[in-house]
Amino acid sequence: MTKLRPTGEATPRTDPLVPGADTLSGRLRRAPENFLTADDIRQVGQGRRDFLRASFLAAAGATAAATLSGRAAAASPAGAGGDPDILNPTPWGSSLGLPVAANPYGLPSKHERGLVRRQSPGLTQVPAASVSFAPLQGLFGIITPSGLHFERHHQGWQDIDPTRHRLMVNGARPEFVKTPKVYTMDDIMRLPPVSRMHFIECGANTGMEWGNVAVPTVQYTHGMLSCSEFTGVPLRTLLEDCGADLKAAKFVLAEGGDGSSMTRTIPIELVLSGEVMVAYGQNGEMLRPENGYPLRLVVPGVQGVSWVKWLRRIEVGDRPYATKDEAVHYIDLMPDGQHRQYTSIQECKSVITSPSGGQTLLDKGYFTISGLAWSGRGAVKRVDVSVDGGINWTQATLQTPVLSKCLTRFTLPWNWDGRPALLQSRATDETGFVQPAYGQLRAVRGTRSIYHNNAIQTWQVAESGDVNNVQIL
Amino acid sequence: MSRSCKAALLASAIGAILGWTAPVLADGFANVGRPATPAEIKAWDIDVGPDFAGLPKGSGTVSRGMEIWEEKCASCHGTFGESNSVFNPLVGGTTADDIKTGHVAALKRTDFPARTTFMKVATVSTLYDYIRRAMPWNAPKSLSDDDVYAVLAYLLNLAEIVPDDYTLTDATIRDVQGRMPNRNGMTSAHALWPNSNPAGPDFPGSVAKPDTGNAACMTDCKPKAELASQLPDHARGAHGNIAAQNRIIGPVRGQRTGPDAAAADAPSPALALAEQSGCLSCHAVDTRVVGPSYSEIAARYRGKDSAEALVSKVKAGGDGVWGAVPMPPQTELSVDDAKTLVAWILSGAPQK
Repeated sequence: MTKLRPTGEATPRTDPLVPGADTLSGRLRRAPENFLTADDIRQVGQGRRDFLRASFLAAAGATAAATLSGRAAAASPAGAGGDPDILNPTPWGSSLGLPVAANPYGLPSKHERGLVRRQSPGLTQVPAASVSFAPLQGLFGIITPSGLHFERHHQGWQDIDPTRHRLMVNGARPEFVKTPKVYTMDDIMRLPPVSRMHFIECGANTGMEWGNVAVPTVQYTHGMLSCSEFTGVPLRTLLEDCGADLKAAKFVLAEGGDGSSMTRTIPIELVLSGEVMVAYGQNGEMLRPENGYPLRLVVPGVQGVSWVKWLRRIEVGDRPYATKDEAVHYIDLMPDGQHRQYTSIQECKSVITSPSGGQTLLDKGYFTISGLAWSGRGAVKRVDVSVDGGINWTQATLQTPVLSKCLTRFTLPWNWDGRPALLQSRATDETGFVQPAYGQLRAVRGTRSIYHNNAIQTWQVAESGDVNNVQIL
Repeated sequence: MSRSCKAALLASAIGAILGWTAPVLADGFANVGRPATPAEIKAWDIDVGPDFAGLPKGSGTVSRGMEIWEEKCASCHGTFGESNSVFNPLVGGTTADDIKTGHVAALKRTDFPARTTFMKVATVSTLYDYIRRAMPWNAPKSLSDDDVYAVLAYLLNLAEIVPDDYTLTDATIRDVQGRMPNRNGMTSAHALWPNSNPAGPDFPGSVAKPDTGNAACMTDCKPKAELASQLPDHARGAHGNIAAQNRIIGPVRGQRTGPDAAAADAPSPALALAEQSGCLSCHAVDTRVVGPSYSEIAARYRGKDSAEALVSKVKAGGDGVWGAVPMPPQTELSVDDAKTLVAWILSGAPQK
């Protein structure tokens, strides 16, 4: 069915998604640097300060009109008697709206269409074995809307017929599982369910930034990160139901039912603790097909590749499996030329999501610095924020809930005085582990690890209000 | 005691007398799942471990492998496993000395351009297992066990691990393991695997103490903050227009870093006019809301010279044509706008 856009607004006057609109609609005047060519900058560098002053005046004159035409400016009652959006009838206030169930499965507002999953150009060679990043720069709280959950597929995604999906539990040797069993989705959904909120982070999240700054925004630096409420059955329940020998078992293999039949070795410790679950629910509905419909493994605190999607088989064994994704990929190259194998835990990490790279602050004055913190070893204990590049720190407020192996939202009030700033966040988890700076991380692991980059992220705020991705050691 | 409680007690008392089984918490999950048959386990349990547990019997030669390779693998991986156009190279970067030591020396070099599969993989079982379960990419699990041996034999030959006349079998693959160039290149001496298992660490050398960390210093933690890296200019616009990747309200906007991709996405001006004029309160493109859908209208009047009549109808309103609900007169709408809308409706009411 072709759907018309919902009513409510005529063509917006200053919608940046509409061509010709003024995107940088803040009240800040653009800094003169932005109007200098490379040659101009060279001249300034050679001491021609007078040139800079002249340039600033010219730029200020040329852009005064443009900066005032933005949305923020339009909202000020400078016109004839006030804000036209108050003085005049609005289209949405003077017409009939759309009927119920116009969108049987609801959709976000058309004004939110910029906030979508996106690929990083050039990162991968084929879209069926690629990544799409979640738009962290626009998300609130800790739950990722299911349609914005990051994707990582190794051989494309499938939309499996749930009535034909099966989960098999067997042993690497007969003695490990007394009764190998087959479960239908009917069976699994009859079992006592648990619902828990957990983050999932790809082991390669922030991997492009190991050696230097490479990408512009938090969507691409940190967007292989999502958090959902998952509903399912603890794997331990199924293993006990099959009579698995949980003393002899040392490892569990998880296998997907898609073309790649992806396999990963799962730590028995997290199975025995009851944390690992076979999940069918995500944020109150079934898993999305891109996230493993109808069944995936949830391995809290462990990198996303272990959360095997389209889960079809669990094998109980006593030795690790050295599968492709733990012997060719997802191995961390150290400076001595050795690869770390079976790296799994996502260590304590945090990032400021607002303001963040690629954004521009609207104005001087009050802002809330807001971001996400998480740890694969448990709950986040505290987050500190610096606005001077890590010289001085202030403890941020943690929004509740603060849960183990789950995203935690932190905030800190900030009055921006218009001077350059360097924003950082530094998380500490319940084990006492404090998130390292880039220098500390590289001193041990070099720059070629690809995986498990949990360094402190820095966003540079320029006088123009522009926020840019930089690194501080 | 509540009435429902009394009723429940009464029911259970009667149940006890009559010999009913009162519902109790189960100590197992009766009738949930069923035993797997041996054939089912055989069909799905195809994993091959580093100790070659699960390895099927079979064999394949380098020359047979080359035939399969050229037919099914070379289009993505290149004839000699060197492809960088679709997938990363499989072969290269290893030496005869690496085969002796089991350490790929090039991995220590920071200037080495890429890491091929054979520079990384320590276990030949991984390759057999993966090719069998996931290759060819667009037709996984279509190779026979012998074909997998043959393809792997060809790959090992390309990597100069086995000679041209080699036959790889479930027996000889164990010798090959001893010649894998990076067989000693893996370490589990780290803290990124859960290590509080009371039964002891799962891997030799694995440790509980993280290798990195930081001090929770709060004031005057360092003399100054120096930038070590900034976004290269060429990367600034490499992710499209960031303005269009941010919200249009809130404390920040996205920086404009590229052409406006939304231009092609802009709604049709006639659609905007229909929105502004309130048409969409009662009409939709292909569903009946209050009035008829635009596709119904277009179907009824298609090929007839009816545009002018419809413009009058829109302006003056009407009833009876589409049922009992009348269309009110649109006195605010100009004739020109009405013409635009009618032309748009008769052309199928496109969104763009």
